[in-house]
Parts: sequence; structure tokens; C-alpha cells
Amino acid sequence: MDSKASMPKPSYVSGSVTTAAKILVVGHFAVGKTTYIGSLSEIPPLRTEERMTQASAHVDDLAGAPDKVTTTVALDFGRLTLGDEVVLYLFGTPGQQRFVQLWEDMARGALGALILVDPARLADSFPVIELVEKYGLEYSIAVNSFTDVLYEEAEIREALDLLPDTPVSYCDARDRASSARSLITLVKHLLVRTA
Amino acid sequence: MSVPGEEAAPVSSELVRSYVITGGRRLPSADDLSLHMLVTLAPDRELPLGASPEVRAIWELCAGGYLAVAEVAAHLGLPVGVARLLLTDLTEQGHLLRRSAPPPAKSESRLVIEKVLHGLQSLYA
Repeated sequence: MDSKASMPKPSYVSGSVTTAAKILVVGHFAVGKTTYIGSLSEIPPLRTEERMTQASAHVDDLAGAPDKVTTTVALDFGRLTLGDEVVLYLFGTPGQQRFVQLWEDMARGALGALILVDPARLADSFPVIELVEKYGLEYSIAVNSFTDVLYEEAEIREALDLLPDTPVSYCDARDRASSARSLITLVKHLLVRTA
Repeated sequence: MSVPGEEAAPVSSELVRSYVITGGRRLPSADDLSLHMLVTLAPDRELPLGASPEVRAIWELCAGGYLAVAEVAAHLGLPVGVARLLLTDLTEQGHLLRRSAPPPAKSESRLVIEKVLHGLQSLYA
């Protein structure tokens, strides 16, 4: 507990909160998940670790290593109190296929997933979308575009092979209002899908 | 290891530390204590005799109010699995209160989604 002495007083969840909800912010490496979470979170984003032991020799190139490896995956997350009763946790979730245990844990009880997409690296998002679908999570796409280059929605839909009713929004993950709009788009979609 | 960037790193001696903290026990499944479940210390409880430094730290942290399981882990620098095990112990001993995540029934989740949407819209309208 070397961190204890310097531990700042945490910001506790309001006593009136009765419900905690979870939404995943998913995307490939360096797509801006932590930036996105940071722009919406009411607390400085926190980082925790999940540790996994798994057979992964067929995925990783681990010449001479035993076929079980232990990997630590860092999870960044943030918190948003909504009204008096609800606190929403946003969990950044890496999009690697091999983190099966992690995904089971993350997907359990999640309302849905926001898939952050870099329009210049669309192919990197294929495995991410596949993973979200595999776990049966409802999702929407948020195109993280902070340049002036315009990527047509139709192009993105076609490239990602999206269903017609999967929402696509554009956001600048650094901008709070812009990030919130993408989140609202997702939650509206979730509402339609649970009708 | 072919793990890209900061999202994952190989484990070294840290693993040994976790093993000691948990007494070598298997980590509990996530079914019981999800990452976003809120926990706090129950009123009028006394710290168990011989509590480990980690349990003491959880005790102090959780005495202040409700935090999610993931927040407890992050604030104490413990891996989620280890924090979950210690929190499960404390819950079974009656020291912790939970404010649980809603059951996965469709009507319940719709209600939660409605509240989330309403909350977001009033924050950002």
C-alpha cells in the first residue's frame, strides 16, 4: 500500500444515488478512448488493472514461452452523476480479441457500447465491432474526427458494413459537448432497442 | 510480448504480491461484484482483528461513502480481481453495504436507460 499515504481524498458517489449504470467506450489502440472518457467524467479518469492468465500462444508470438501467459490490461474509466438517482460509469475497453475474460467482465451488466472510430484507420475497427457484436451489446459508432477532413457518413457505413439502424455520430473526443452528443445518440438508440 | 502500447504489459513480481494478499485463493467470479457496483462500509462496524494492510485501506476508503468496485481498486492500486476478493470477504462478514446494479430484466434496464438519457439531456441540452 505504498500509495496510501499520498492517496487524495476520493470523490464519493452522492448518497442519493440508487442506481449505477455502465457503458463501454470501445475502440482500437490510441483511438482516443481515455480522452473521450476524460472529457465527460466528473472525476479525473481512474485507471485500474485486470489481470488475466490465459492460453494465448496461438495468438501471440511467444517462441519458447509456456502456453499460458499472464497479461495485465489497464482499464481507464470515468464517472458521471446524472440527476439525483443515477451514476453512469464509462469504461474504456481495449478492442483486442484475446482478452476474453476481460470482455466477459466488461460486457456483464453494460447498457451498451460506444465504438470510437478513427476515420483514417477504419480497418482497425473491424475486430472491435466484431467483438462487441459477439458479446451481444447494442452499440453506436462515434467517429472521432478532430480534423477538417470530411469523411462522408455513407463511406464510413459502407466501410464498416453497418446495419442501416446503427447510429453514426461525429465527435471530437477532447470536447465535452461534442462527446456528450455522441453519448446521447447511443443512449437514444439503446432506448429504441429495449422498447 | 507482442502487446501494443500502454494498454497491456507483462506481469512481473506484482503477481507474487497479489498472491500473498489473497492468501493464494482463487479470485471470485465477476458475477457477484460487478465493476460498477457501489459499496460502502456498513455503520457501526469494527475492523476485524488482524486485518491486513489492504483490508485496512479498503476499510478507511469505504468508510467515507459509496464508491464503485472499480474505484476502490483504482484508489488503492489493487488489481480488480484482488479488490473484488477482499470486498467479497468484507461483504460476507457483514461489513459492507452494496447499492446494487439493477437486475438485468428488460423493463428495469429500460427504466435505467431512460434515466440516463434524461440526465444527459438535462446536462447538455
